[in-house]
Order: sequence, then structure tokens, then C-alpha cells
Amino acid sequence: MPTADADNSRQNASVRFLLNDKPVRMADIEPTKSVLAWLREHKRLTGTKEGCAEGDCGACTVVVGELAGDEVVLNAVNACIQFVPTLDGKALFTVEYLRQQNNGSLHPVQQAMVDQHGSQCGFCTPGFIMSLWSVYNRHQAAETRPQRNEIRSALSGNLCRCTGYKPILQAAEVMLEQPAVSLDMPALREKLQELQQDESLHYSHPEGELFAPKTLDDLLQLRADYPQATILAGGTDVGLWVNKQFRELNPVIYLGEVAELKTISRDEHYLQIGAGATLTAAYQALHELYPQMDQMWERFASQPIRNVGTLGGNIANGSPIGDSMPALIALGTRVVLQSVRGEREMALEDLYLDYMQKDMAEDEVVTLIKIPLPDPQQQFRCYKLSKRYDSDISAVFTGMALRLEEGADTVTSVRIAFGGMAATPKRATHCEHALLGNAWDETTVRRAMQALQQDYSPLSDMRASDKNRMQSAMNLLYRFYLETRRVDPLVAEAVDVFAANTGEEKQ
Amino acid sequence: MTHHYQAKPHPHESAALHVSGEATYADDIREVSGTLHAAIGMSEVAHARIKSLDLSAVKQMPGVVAVLTSQDIPGDNDCGPILHDDPILADGLVQYIGQPVFVVVAESYMQARRAARKAAIEYEELPAVLTPEQARDAQSYVVPPMQLVRGSPAEKLEKAPHRRSGTLHVGGQEQFYLEGQISYVIPKEDQQFQVHCSTQHPTEMQHVIAHALKLNFNQVQVETRRMGGGFGGKESQSAIFACIAAVCANHLNRPVKLRPDRDDDFMITGKRHCFYYEYDVGFDDDGRILAAKVEMVLRSGFSTDLSPPVATRAICHFDNAYYLSDVDIAALCGKTNTQSNTAFRGFGGPQGAIAIEYIIDNIARALGKDPLDIRKLNYYGLTERNTTPYGQVVVDNVIHELTEQLEQSSDYRARREAVQAFNQSSPVLKKGLAFTPVKFGISFNVVHFNQAGALVHVYTDGSVLVNHGGTEMGQGLNTKVAQVVANELGIDLSRVRATATDTSKVANTSATAASSGADLNGKAAENAAQQIRERLTECYISQFGGQAEKVVFADNKISGGGKEISFNELVTLAYQQRVQLWSDGFYKTPDLHWDRETLTGHPFYYFAYGAAVSEVLVDTLTGEWKLLRTDLLHDAGNSINPAIDKGQVEGAFIQGMGWLTSEELNWNDQGKLMTHAPSTYKIPAVNDCPDDFRMELFENAAHVDTILRSKAVGEPPLLLGFSVFFAIRDAVAAAGNYIHQPPLQAPATPEAILSAVTAVQKAAASGVTGQ
Repeated sequence: MPTADADNSRQNASVRFLLNDKPVRMADIEPTKSVLAWLREHKRLTGTKEGCAEGDCGACTVVVGELAGDEVVLNAVNACIQFVPTLDGKALFTVEYLRQQNNGSLHPVQQAMVDQHGSQCGFCTPGFIMSLWSVYNRHQAAETRPQRNEIRSALSGNLCRCTGYKPILQAAEVMLEQPAVSLDMPALREKLQELQQDESLHYSHPEGELFAPKTLDDLLQLRADYPQATILAGGTDVGLWVNKQFRELNPVIYLGEVAELKTISRDEHYLQIGAGATLTAAYQALHELYPQMDQMWERFASQPIRNVGTLGGNIANGSPIGDSMPALIALGTRVVLQSVRGEREMALEDLYLDYMQKDMAEDEVVTLIKIPLPDPQQQFRCYKLSKRYDSDISAVFTGMALRLEEGADTVTSVRIAFGGMAATPKRATHCEHALLGNAWDETTVRRAMQALQQDYSPLSDMRASDKNRMQSAMNLLYRFYLETRRVDPLVAEAVDVFAANTGEEKQ
Repeated sequence: MTHHYQAKPHPHESAALHVSGEATYADDIREVSGTLHAAIGMSEVAHARIKSLDLSAVKQMPGVVAVLTSQDIPGDNDCGPILHDDPILADGLVQYIGQPVFVVVAESYMQARRAARKAAIEYEELPAVLTPEQARDAQSYVVPPMQLVRGSPAEKLEKAPHRRSGTLHVGGQEQFYLEGQISYVIPKEDQQFQVHCSTQHPTEMQHVIAHALKLNFNQVQVETRRMGGGFGGKESQSAIFACIAAVCANHLNRPVKLRPDRDDDFMITGKRHCFYYEYDVGFDDDGRILAAKVEMVLRSGFSTDLSPPVATRAICHFDNAYYLSDVDIAALCGKTNTQSNTAFRGFGGPQGAIAIEYIIDNIARALGKDPLDIRKLNYYGLTERNTTPYGQVVVDNVIHELTEQLEQSSDYRARREAVQAFNQSSPVLKKGLAFTPVKFGISFNVVHFNQAGALVHVYTDGSVLVNHGGTEMGQGLNTKVAQVVANELGIDLSRVRATATDTSKVANTSATAASSGADLNGKAAENAAQQIRERLTECYISQFGGQAEKVVFADNKISGGGKEISFNELVTLAYQQRVQLWSDGFYKTPDLHWDRETLTGHPFYYFAYGAAVSEVLVDTLTGEWKLLRTDLLHDAGNSINPAIDKGQVEGAFIQGMGWLTSEELNWNDQGKLMTHAPSTYKIPAVNDCPDDFRMELFENAAHVDTILRSKAVGEPPLLLGFSVFFAIRDAVAAAGNYIHQPPLQAPATPEAILSAVTAVQKAAASGVTGQ
């Protein structure tokens, strides 16, 4: 038998967490049971609703609190794609908690929604309430007010079919004007600290097992011992395998407890993001270095998805329509894979061999993403194209990075990568070749646009046709040119209808 | 008599329950012990005979209790609302991908769903018709073509100084109620069934279940407390789930719940009909329409469902707010091997009206005029040019004043200039602006549906309970009905409670549809409350003297006779005097008639009006766009509840915008719907709501005796979303210097927009006008 769990785990352990501030212990449900199904079926807490069971509508939004060092971090997440054992050591809050928090009266967030007529059919409402509750707690404690863009971002994963959103946005703007109700964070921190255990969780059930190693060594050992195991990070994709494809996952290795994988650090060359860092954490780190990525992050799924999804998961999954890869490939990002046999590092683009096939051995895990620090000489942009601004999978996504010879127009280096154009996230080598060494002018750019046809033969699907993908890819290169040409470059506001969406917040 | 009604912006009656998660939807009802869960096995091909159906693997799955097919339906295997061509479970023939073929009943929800995937079905494939054009070419229709001709359109077209013809595609739309379809059926004694169903039409659910189980209607009780959204998608489309759950509950004599997963819901149920149009219009130098001809082909799907009345409403709304003297309107209900399309907010009205708006947009561009001027020129007159193509005279026309008011308040003319100036100096991004009007007919086109009943109970503690035949789907119907009752009895709204719609309370109800909920049920409840008030008045006079006309019910008090007493005191007195303190109420809309053969008559009690101005920014390199500002002005009559009505107008606008922009239904070559979940089907999200979003109600009491002189507000404002589509088209036209007609199709996805931009750029590059 494997050694890792024998040494460091709580065998046949139960999952312990706080449900609406009260401890619960659970040992009798299958490890892939969703938090949503558990709440509704086992706890009869039916305020949390199922709208889609794939993390795309927000009707099931709950808030999860967890310790990050000495701090308690509260995040809105989608209960439908979270497995219950991942709550171990955390605090789960559902809509039922809010009245409890205010002695039976409506919480200010709820009262504001009533006052602003923010509910019609009411089915999406508890999800909106929980998304707003996380914003409320952040600002109520800090005595600040949320900006409009922050509110919109917080609600980007909540669909409402009735109201058209305006009264909900109004509720968000006035919720902090109500008599305050504060969440007792020190008490919560204490309760969470009491729940923490040194040994890692090994949850066993007749229908399957779940390991939640706490160290990288344990993780790599488990990976080696169970090559057929499913690696679970944020669950934003794996949750769908269970809900929609009925895949039987056994065992599951959950990465969320490996502290080493969550570190974000910087050396003189790279920003190093642990593969287990959430997309939200990665965003915060990258925002300082590459504000050009702000819009990409705002449009990268929804906030509840970004709160649990990991950058490593996005990269290791390697979907041809994942958004982070083209941007990171353009920046020259490197990725570190580790196993019990050792570690290796490669250019991110080299990880992807073919459709959903990666240069990754059965026992390997993506552990670190190394993003080069900004080069002042480099022009960098990334562009996303989809039917909807919020939470939509790209038809085409691109990252483009370019250096020109100092004082001249010659392209001295260029990296262009696209998503949605091939079976993998892929560099546009012919296009790059057409640019390299040539003047960064209209003629060269037009030629490079044509060269994209040699790089890609995109598919037609429900997101876009092959022709549209190609035309859009060419035009995005042209947009990049308009924004970066030496003479008369256009500002983002002149080429991007959404430039103001993220621009405002920085002021 | 009743004191003057003061509109009150009361919150939705369930608002506090909504926000606290305590509002009970069908899936939240505590399950009866022994409840089983059903899941549907669906067809995997668009059109085929089933050669063999092997369900052995399904039966062997863990937790499975039974697997049923059409053979297990004791009565009619049909749940069609008009014609009988909607099988509950396919019987040998499958007609679309997603059609229910069998049902698994298991101990748990996931067990049932897992098992439903295990069937082995062999098909003998038949040719499939997938698009409206294919249906027309094959003369494949669910009902015979409909045509309404007035005047001599062919001749007038020939003689017109200007003539433009063209085609247009407008896609369908998934209702995307946040609460999916669900039915929970509980067997009771003596072959009776209690059904909790998320439906807009409890009575029809009662009927189809009774037919399927060979029961009398009085053996089936259907109850709907609330829906998490309906939008037309739970009018007839809830029937298949209600019937399947009932068949299972009957077969096993156990409670059975059927809640299809979101993807299954998308695959099984019908949507808004997509339309294909061929149009031809003749006009004069000013832009006045002299004759118009349109042929509309609907994608009806595999069965009739509600396609005929949808087509009728499309025909009756092709005119929108415009007088069309000589007109030829045809509607063909194309039978296709896809989901059977159905009601969706507007019910064909939006699809009819958008065609004339497209035509008017073309006329304006052809003449180099502002489209608003062409719209105004063609508006219905007040005393002449005011008869609709179907013969109803428009007597309540306020579109002129409404347009004037919005044109001013939105600063339309100045913004038109600003947009053009911006476009001169912006090479990549182009702005577009559009003003679009709405005129929408209110009433069911089927006259006998325009009736409603209600029950009002006054209890001896002075609390009041109202029950009516309408269903609450978020539109605030129960709030409005309770307000009507409170108003009639002169008491606080907090004393009045509306309860779940229940076929055992008010019988033979109509669907809550056609925006008619408050009009019909409000009137019925008012009628019931009036009877109680009359009895109370009599009781009051008998005790304190006075004249009935002078007795006032207001502020929870009754006065006008010898003494002012509280409502509670009067109720107590009335009870002791053995006065009936509850009453039924009934209402039927007057003055309606409709001839289905000639497509003429007086189908609408009145019209609701509105208009919208939207301004957009479009990227000519990618087709992405952003809504910068919208101004809405809408006629809800004397609003009973302005907060609810504003919510309806704003919500409908955004929903209409979604239909015409981001919401794209995509079927692959095999006829499989590829957009079947929110991951692929994109309804508007929070950032689609514009930062600058202005909305006002237009002050205008209904000219006919509607409930408190209000007007229906559910569907009409959906058409306000047109303004976004035409603003986008305006911006696209700017990419070709406004000379060429952008061939923009709906939905205007980035791809559709880029395609139209490319077309106008090419035309401009090759055109005589240079550029």
C-alpha cells in the first residue's frame, strides 16, 4: 500500500467544517457529492438553488471562509461544483445564515434588495444575496464603499432573467447605508483555527476516496501511487464531469490544502505563481505587472469561478479555449512539472502536444508557473472575443508581445499565441516569422495577417465559424498594430469598446 | 364608491422570502416519504423509426425502480395544447434530438439520471428537415399557411416610386427561466393525484394528466405557488414533465418527482420561434409606405404546440405602430425536426414587428433620412389611417405624444449629430443610435381564453385571503391582485394574502400568458371583493344608517353612516349577522371577436405603447459592441404598482436585447442543439446592463375599463429591445458611410456584426460613391 497516507493522513477521517457558524462533521456521503446537493438533500437548506449545475448561473452561490495565514478570507463560490470534502477546515455560509446573523430580521443586503425591488421571480435572488454579502462584509469591516466596477465584477457570475440587473446594482450601492450588521471575524478565525489539523484528510467512503495532502511531497507521492486519480483543484471543470458526464472519479486528490502550491513570489526575472493559487490571487499578482491583462481577468469566467479555479488548473487542463495560456505564452511563460522522480521546466507552449494531450507523465503535476517580469521595451496586449462580456468562453483569444529595435521600426522579437484557433493553445509561428526583422508597418502587418492562415485552420462551432475566427484573429493583430505603431498609436479607448469597463476602476 | 386609486410601489409580496431563501419553489417542498425521482431518456437522432429499444442496462443500474415507455401510459399518449401531435413518450417514431423516449424511476435523482444514459437504441434514420427554409421548400408545415391581404399590395408595389426587397433571419430564444421545469406528483386515495408543478397553466396540466391517466378532471389537483420564471416556457411545455411524472406515480403508486437537468430541459423543450422573412416594400419620396409584402416562415419544430396562435400574433403585429394601407402578410409554420417551439414573452408579436422595423430602417437609409422621421411619417393616425390590417380601428393611439416626449427627454436629435461627428473621427469604433416604437395588442386572440375567476375570503379577524386563476412567475401578479383587493376593501395591503394557484379552488382557468394576468385576474378579484363590500355596506347601513353610495371603505375604516367603525368591527358584526364574508368573482373581457378564417376582427381590448432610444459603440474589427445608454418610455396605463411595472419594463428590455444580440441557438448539421446550457447559451449578464439606463412610465390611463385603468405590461416592453439591434445596425452602416444597407441578421453576435461590417465595407469600396 502507498506510504504517503499511512504517514501523514487522518485515515477514515470525517470532514469537519462550519455550516452557518456551527460545526458539522460528516463521514457518510460520497466524496464527489456537491455542496449544493448536500445542502438541499441532507440539510434541508433549500435557499441555495440549482439553476444549471455547471457553475454558470450563480443560483447556488454560497460563501466559503477559510484561513489564509492569520486572516479569514471570504469568497463567493458555486456550491454546485464544489465537492463537500473540500470544505474540510473551512466555514460555509448559506443564505439562511443572514437572518440568523441579524436576530431574525433581514440582513442589510437583503433589506436593500427588497427596497430596490431587486427580486422578481426570486429564484436567482439568494445567489445574488450571497455574492453581495461577500462584498458587504469586505466593505463593512473596512468602512469603505464598493466601486461600481467592483460590484459588477462580484455579480458577474449571477444570472437574472427577470430584472435586467438595474435594481440589483442599485441595491448593491445602498446596502451599506443600512444599519450595519457585522460579521465577527475574530470569532470566526478562532473557530476555524480550532478546526485545523496537522494531518491531512484521507476521506474514505464505499463509493470512493479523497485525499487532501498538505505538502507537495505527499501530493507527489499520491500522484505516483494513484496514477489513475483525478486531480482536483478548483473543481470548476471536474465538477461538471460528475454533474453532467456522470464520470466516476476514484480516487480524487485535492490540491487545495498544499500550501506550497499557493505561494506567489517574485525573483529578479520571474513572477512565480504556485499552481494551486486561485485565479483571483493570480490576477492580483499579475495586475501590478501587466495591467494590460485586467480586462482578460475581468472576463475570465466569473468571480465565484475565479475564487476557486486555479491558474495551474487552467494550464494543466490545457483546453484549446482556455484564456490564460495564449496570454502567458506570449509573455514567454515557463512551467514547472514535478513528480517523485524530480522536476523539469519547459516553455508553456511546449506543454501542449495535441487536443487535450500534454507533455506530462502520469505521475507529474504542474507545480509552478513562471511569468517573466515586464520588459519596458516590450509591447504586450491580450484580447478576448466572445458573445458576452461576462463569463463567456472565448471564440478567439490572443496574447501578443513585441519588441522593436530602439529608435527604429524593426521587429526584433515577437511572440503571438492564440486560443480557439487550433486543437491546443498555439503560437502563430508563420505570423511571427512574417513580422520578425521587418518594419512594424501596415504592409508587414497585412502580410502577417495573411500568414495566420498558414498557422491555423480553426473549427466552426456554436461560438463562431471558422471564417469568423480567422477574420477576427487577423483583425486582432491589426488592432495590436494600431495600438502599438510608432506613429499615431491609438489608445485602448479608440479600439476596444470595453476599455472603459476596467479603465475606470484604476482612477 | 371606491376612492380614487393611488398607485403604490409596494415590494413584491414575496420579496422578503426571495431574499432570505425562504420562498418555496416546487423542488423545495419537503418530500413525502417514499418519493422517487425520474429522469428522461432522449432521442439521439433528429428523425427516425426506433428499430429496437434495449433498456436492460438501464434497469440494472443501482437504485432503479422502474423503466417506463409509451406502453405504460394508460390513456392518451399526448400532451399537445391545441392539436394532438405531441407524444408524451415517443412511440416508435422520434422526431427531434432530445425527444423523450423512456423514463427511469430511481431512488435518487443522480441514480435516475445516470441510468437514463444507459439505453441502447437502434434507429432507422429518416430524412430530417432542420431549417425554416428547408421546411418551406419541402412544404412541410404543422398547419396550413396563413395569409392576410388588405388592399392591392401587388399593384401598389408595382407602381411605387421606390421599392426594396430583401430577406432577414431572426433567431429563436430559449426562455431560460432560472428555475427549470419540474413536476412532483403525489398519488392520493381513490385514484386522485396531487401535482406540484412549475407551470403557467395549471388547468391544462390537470387536463393532460387526466387524459394520459384516463381520469376525470376532478381526480387531478394541480398546485403552483410560484415559478422561478416562466416567460412562456411553462405554458404548454410543462405538460410533458407533468405527464411523465404522473404516469410514473400512477404506475408505481408512489410519489415521483421529475426535475430535468438544465441541459435536458434545453434539449427537450421548445423556445421562441426563429423566423425567416422575405419582404418587399414600396414607398414614396418622403418614405411613406405605399405597400408591403412579407412572408414569414417559422421554425415550428416537430409538432404544432402553440405555433398557430404565435403566427397569428406575428401577423397582427407586422404593422407595429404603422399604418399599412396595402399589405400582404403570410405566415408559414414550418415543421422541422427540432424542439417544438412555443410561447415566449411577446408570442410572435416581436417577430412580426421586427420585420416592419427592419423595412423602415431600410427606407430611411435608402432615402438618406433619419429613421425616426420615417417612423413618425408612417405612424397610425388618430382619426384616419388608423385601421389595422386585421380590421381593428386603433382608437387609443398615444404613440405621437409618447414619441415626442421621448425624443425630447432622450435628446435624440443632438445625440444623432454627436454620433455622426464621433464616427467621422473614429476609424475603428463606430457609434449607432436608434429610436424604436412599440404598439402591442392586449388580449388572447382566442376569445374564450379571456376569462378569469377569483375567490376572496374575509376572515373574522379581518385578515383577507385571495385566490385566483393566474400564476405567479415573478411578474408581481399576486402583489397587484392583493393591491386590488386591499383597495376595494379599503384596507392595508398587509392584511391581504394571495395563495397558491390551485385547480381545486378556481376551476377552468386560462394560462397566465399574453400579458393578461393582472387584467383578467385583477378584475375577477375586484369583482369578488366588490360583492363582499356590498354585503358589508348593507350590514353597516342596517346598523348605523346612511346611503350605500356614501359609505366609504378607507384606511381600515368604514364611515359615511352614523358612525365610523373599524374594518374588523364591521367584519365581526357581519359574521354575527350571518353575512357571507367570502365570495367568488368572475371576469370576461368585453368586445372581442376574431375570425380565424379571414384573420380579421377585434382581437385586442386595447393597445399598450412604448418607445426606446439606445446608443451603442461597435468595434468594426471584431464586431464586439457595448450599450452606452438607453432611454425607455412605456405606457402601463394607470400603473397599479409602478415599482413592479418598471421592473417589468427594464427586465423585458434587457431580455429583448438578449434575444437580438448575445442569445444564439445553434443546431449542428445533424439537428442537435449545441447551445444547451448557460456555458454556451448567453443570456444578458450584469455588465450588459448599461451604466446610463433611464426608464419612465408614460402617464396614460387606459381608455377602456381595465383593472384600475392600468395596462398590461408583461410582453410589450420586450419590443423595446429592438432599439439596441437597430442602433447596432446604424453603427454598422457608419462603417460604409451610411450608404449601404447592412445585412445584419439577428442575433447580432460579434460574428453577425463583423459579417455585416465586412459587407458594407466591401460595398462601399466597390460602390459608385467611392470610398
